Amino acid sequence: MRPFKFTNTSNASSAINLLIKNPNAKFLAGGTNLLDLMKEDVERPDELIDLGRLDLTAVRPLVTGNNVVGISIGGLGKNTDAANHPLIRKDYPLLTKAILAGASAQIRNMATNGGNLLQRTRCSYFYDIAMPCNKRLPGTGCSAMQGINRMHAIFGWSDSCIAVYPSDMAVALSALNASVKVMQPSGTARIIAIHDFHRLPGNHPEKDNNLDHGELITAIEIPKNKFAANSAYIKVRDRNSYAFALVSVAAGLELAGGKIISASIAMGGVAHKPWRATHAENILRGKMATVENFQMAADAEMEDARPLAHNKFKIGMGKKTIVYALEQAFKGTGYKA
Amino acid sequence: MITENISTPVISHKKKLSLTINGEVKTLEVKPWVSLLDCLREHLDLTGTKKGCDHGQCGACTVIVDGKRILSCLTLAVMKDGASITTIEGIGKDGELHPLQKAFIDHDAFQCGYCTPGQICSAIGMIAEGKAKTRTEVKELMSGNLCRCGANTNIIDAIMEVQEGLTNE
Ligand SMILES: Cc1cc2nc3c(=O)[nH]c(=O)nc-3n(C[C@H](O)[C@H](O)[C@H](O)COP(=O)(O)OP(=O)(O)OC[C@H]3O[C@@H](n4cnc5c(N)ncnc54)[C@H](O)[C@@H]3O)c2cc1C
Ligand code: SF4
Ligand code: FES
Ligand code: FES
Repeated sequence: MRPFKFTNTSNASSAINLLIKNPNAKFLAGGTNLLDLMKEDVERPDELIDLGRLDLTAVRPLVTGNNVVGISIGGLGKNTDAANHPLIRKDYPLLTKAILAGASAQIRNMATNGGNLLQRTRCSYFYDIAMPCNKRLPGTGCSAMQGINRMHAIFGWSDSCIAVYPSDMAVALSALNASVKVMQPSGTARIIAIHDFHRLPGNHPEKDNNLDHGELITAIEIPKNKFAANSAYIKVRDRNSYAFALVSVAAGLELAGGKIISASIAMGGVAHKPWRATHAENILRGKMATVENFQMAADAEMEDARPLAHNKFKIGMGKKTIVYALEQAFKGTGYKA
Repeated sequence: MITENISTPVISHKKKLSLTINGEVKTLEVKPWVSLLDCLREHLDLTGTKKGCDHGQCGACTVIVDGKRILSCLTLAVMKDGASITTIEGIGKDGELHPLQKAFIDHDAFQCGYCTPGQICSAIGMIAEGKAKTRTEVKELMSGNLCRCGANTNIIDAIMEVQEGLTNE
């Protein structure tokens, strides 16, 4: 690892002030992604500002006036604590399932909710500094395009980059219509809808998201939902546990009897951001919750897929995973309001 | 974003920190980029904790920090100033093996033994978390510890025995 300066503070505004003074500085949260990338020489900050002592870890109800409108989870809270918080286990079981499907117990004890959103792609060419990569070094080309792109995107990719975004948690947050709350250098808060937080690669794959240098994630806010009783997170991977998704699906169904009032579906492992399956959602609205309708919705969603040389399998896998996730959601989580 | 203009390295001074390791307070000075794993092995001569991959992918470096199992290879020592750390060297008491150490021997739960300190520290953390109720859940919550020798079945057997032992108490 290259030498760097280490600074810590227990105050959010001083952390931001330290960061904006140095364009080569980075925040350090759990370290599970950043330190790994620094060991690989992919990330080369010359200063780390440790956020480990900031008091931004709480999970608490989100309140407007006298009403609870959702839940807020601290940006520096640990993934394990978010997944196991009683309020989240009860009212947002989809989030619990998605977080627990990621990484390992040790890593979830270290990883923070904010850091999880900002984890970088696992594209192996991005990790290999001997290879061209537009995300790591803009303008050098994309090695994956003609390379082994089995793990790569089928939706929303560009000629510059075909990488996928690896977070499981963010896929659930997409289905849950969450927002990311950040503190700006001015001290004011900015709320970014999860759908606008991550980016498609376009001509700037070096930018994973729309966070600016000096903005600190203070919380993730999740509005109340009507599908806690009928939600599922299904992750398909090369081994049963401790592996990134080939394809994953977060699904929630708001039901009235056997009829679907609305469906919320997001996919992981298929794009440079959590992929909201709006085609499938539109088809399901107002329909009966039958396997035939689930299949029709999944087929429609996959219609636009643009596979690469090594990942055509993700189309069939995506369809089956959507159908299975909807079936599991329909079966129910055993939720009691 | 990475550019080829690498900024001039900052001259970083060693940081002073205090760690409680296996119950004993240690003050030491390390450079900021020293991982907790290297700090234990190279600075404190506690070589029980193993370096498998150094990238968070194998669990061999698992230690318990303030009661939680974590990976020491992806942690900087300086991040843990003031923390209390338990390593494999610190789990036995008064010359007696920890029940998990005994169970690993009884169940033949290793061949080369390289993953074993991490497996045992991870299992101690898992039992303290209290989330695993079934064998399948134990397997899932121990999936962060790989065993190249394939002793997994016996490792899970050993943990199941100790976990049952605890709930029977
Ligand atoms: C072997 C392995 C397997 C994994 N498997 C999975 C998996 O299956 N699924 C999955 O979803 N994830 C997986 N992960 C990734 C893991 O979830 C992430 O590394 C973790 O969530 C990152 O959080 P962190 O707190 O450690 O972030 P850090 O590594 O500390 O930081 C990541 C980035 O975010 C920035 N940052 C951190 N916090 C803030 C903040 N509050 N405000 C602004 N910027 C901030 C940092 O500057 C840095 O650039 C795996 C990781 C490993 C090592
Ligand atoms: S897919 Fe993106 S991250 Fe991977 S090599 Fe191409 S440009 Fe780099
Ligand atoms: S050495 Fe830390 S996980 Fe492999
Ligand atoms: S006993 Fe050899 S790696 Fe597990």
